[in-house]
Amino acid sequence: MNTVPLAHYLALASALFAIGLAAVLIRRNALLIFMGVELMLNAANVTFLAFARNLNDAAGHSIAFFVIAVAAAEAAIGLAILIAVFRTRNTINVDEVDALKY
Amino acid sequence: MTPLLAAAVAEGVIFYPLAILTLAGAFTMILSRNPVYAAMSLVLTFFGIAAIYVLLSAELLAALQIIVYAGAIMVLFLFVIMLLNITEAEMGKQRITVGAVVGGAVALVFWMLSYTVFEGLPNQEMPTQLAANFGEVVGVGRILFTQFILPFEATGILLLVAIVGAVVVAKAKI
Repeated sequence: MNTVPLAHYLALASALFAIGLAAVLIRRNALLIFMGVELMLNAANVTFLAFARNLNDAAGHSIAFFVIAVAAAEAAIGLAILIAVFRTRNTINVDEVDALKY
Repeated sequence: MTPLLAAAVAEGVIFYPLAILTLAGAFTMILSRNPVYAAMSLVLTFFGIAAIYVLLSAELLAALQIIVYAGAIMVLFLFVIMLLNITEAEMGKQRITVGAVVGGAVALVFWMLSYTVFEGLPNQEMPTQLAANFGEVVGVGRILFTQFILPFEATGILLLVAIVGAVVVAKAKI
């Protein structure tokens, strides 16, 4: 059989995670930072599903389900916070939004 | 369904172009100046990941990926981008600072480390014969409602709290 080995799926997941990490560390726009976080969550999901198939155990599928649900909640809350910050500070550049209390 | 897919020699033929497409979308996301372009390339990445889920015989998760990520979350992102109506000046110039270089180096080191760990794993072939209902609604639902029933209920509460919290936080006057 000519299936793709587990390591190649994991390599793809680690590359996606690294790109998401770079987005979080490099970009100054809070929207892009959120997109990087989403990308990292997706990379974790790819890892879960690759191991689930490799071990023939569908428990990883339910973990990936929970990750998607938490990501949806995180996106809703995060974007609401972004709107609130933009309304008061008129910027979403994370370098300029550096005070917790004002 | 699953043994058929696994038996197809085409898995590699599908996987590698798909992986390149997914990574290209992610790279375009991180490099684009305009947030709308970034969101659009992220949609491409999410579709690629959904197709990879299908290759991993996770049909339910692939459908959820398209509905929740490529659908709901990215619509939310685009909605916020257009609601904020950020001009170039407000967005802040993306400069190549010391922090950005260090961040890129950290990400690169992380990728090299994880890749080394994954390459060190014994070269495991994927099983071609999977359990019945693997990755389908019946199989995943059975696990969700037996083994993971408490986290499942907690997820419902979490989503409710998130919805209420998002409405309260985004309200004009708190």
